[in-house]
Amino acid sequence: MKISKSPWLLHYDASSCNGCDIEVLASTTPRFDVERFGIINTGNPKHADIMVVTGGVNDQTKHVVKQLYSQMPEPKVVIAAGICACDGGIFKDCYNMSGGVDTVIPVDVYVPGCAVRPEALIDGVVKALAILDQKRDAMKNHATCEVHYDNAGKGES
Amino acid sequence: MNYMILIPIAIYIIFTPIVGFFLEGYDRVVSSRLQRRQGPPFLQPVYDLIKLFEKQAIVVNNLETALVLGFTIFTIFSGCIFFAGGDILLVFFAFSLADMFLVLAASSANSPYSSLGSQREFVQMMAYEPMTLLTAIGFYMVCGSFNVSDIINQDVPAIIRTPGVFLGYCFILIIKLRKSPFDLSTSHHAHQEMVKGLTQDIAGNVLGILELGEIYEEVFLMAIVALFFVTKNPMSYVVGIVAALVVFFIMIVIDNVFPRVKWSNMLWITWGVTLSLAGSNFLILTMLKMAGI
Ligand code: SF4
Repeated sequence: MKISKSPWLLHYDASSCNGCDIEVLASTTPRFDVERFGIINTGNPKHADIMVVTGGVNDQTKHVVKQLYSQMPEPKVVIAAGICACDGGIFKDCYNMSGGVDTVIPVDVYVPGCAVRPEALIDGVVKALAILDQKRDAMKNHATCEVHYDNAGKGES
Repeated sequence: MNYMILIPIAIYIIFTPIVGFFLEGYDRVVSSRLQRRQGPPFLQPVYDLIKLFEKQAIVVNNLETALVLGFTIFTIFSGCIFFAGGDILLVFFAFSLADMFLVLAASSANSPYSSLGSQREFVQMMAYEPMTLLTAIGFYMVCGSFNVSDIINQDVPAIIRTPGVFLGYCFILIIKLRKSPFDLSTSHHAHQEMVKGLTQDIAGNVLGILELGEIYEEVFLMAIVALFFVTKNPMSYVVGIVAALVVFFIMIVIDNVFPRVKWSNMLWITWGVTLSLAGSNFLILTMLKMAGI
């Protein structure tokens, strides 16, 4: 049995303009219905397998992003949803921005779009599930888990 | 010792997960169809449980694991007494003890959500506990015994003389199954005001153990619904199972229709229902007895 059959999702708004958040929530509504894939939107990092971050990371939220990531049990994957989460987007040059989510934690799937379309997001989640399976297999073979957030913090001061 | 009682116990322990997964899958598929969406595959609860056992366990303290284990073991234990035809009072007491373990597990973690969840679970226990006791008394009044083996050996089903108790019991089932108007301490649905409440700090395979306990709990609770219909006649077991399924379906509909209430409302509504339904039922039973019917 594959772990990807039951991915539970944690959504965090790092500094999004709420455009992407609404689309993330839209994908859980009956029209797009991500529960078809067994996906549940849990608010609890300790139950989550997939972390979806919307918006770029700024000075206030980078600690939160790191903490949420470290509270999630292995195996886990991170999806950057929306162009802001991918590289900072239009907020990139703001004085308080670190940039995309990958400046603080390792990101597995980048989903572009402003705002990210639910279809694109579901596609990203399905890609993330394949990575989740790989990580589970790696964990089973006692391989060390690939990256931890400390060595990905290229944007940290 | 009579070794024959080990047979129903073994059947209960082995086959309950299958029945429980069926109920859970049915719950999720029917819920999503009620919301006009496709919903997860029928076997989703199985996938979820297997996944949980494959995850890394983040344990906040060792006590929590032991307490969650206590919950599951005592839930299974109370089910064993029930299916072995034991004393229904003992069944309910062991069952309360199991819930107590869960409250202790949640309050042993220092997350604010988790401790809030455990407090609310206490309020829930306060709300439903009187009715569980009255259910046992109701069986005693019509069958003259607390033993499940005697209750199932009646000529007429217990529901004929205890319809009020039956409805009261169905009402507290909403709380016990964590269905929507009364899912205060933790919920099967996404996001609530205190995230996951009771299960906030329980993760990975410990959560898996907890979910397994809840599956046993669910089956045992539905078996008590069936107990109201069971008589000497073997056909009555079929009636009991059908009744349990119908009640379960009604629970799903209630879950999808009602918004969550405040804890004080839950307490008063549940006690009001307990008093009016079970109380009037007992009054009528006593009067009938005095009239010699
Ligand atoms: S990508 Fe667009 S919609 Fe999404 S958070 Fe950035 S600005 Fe808002």
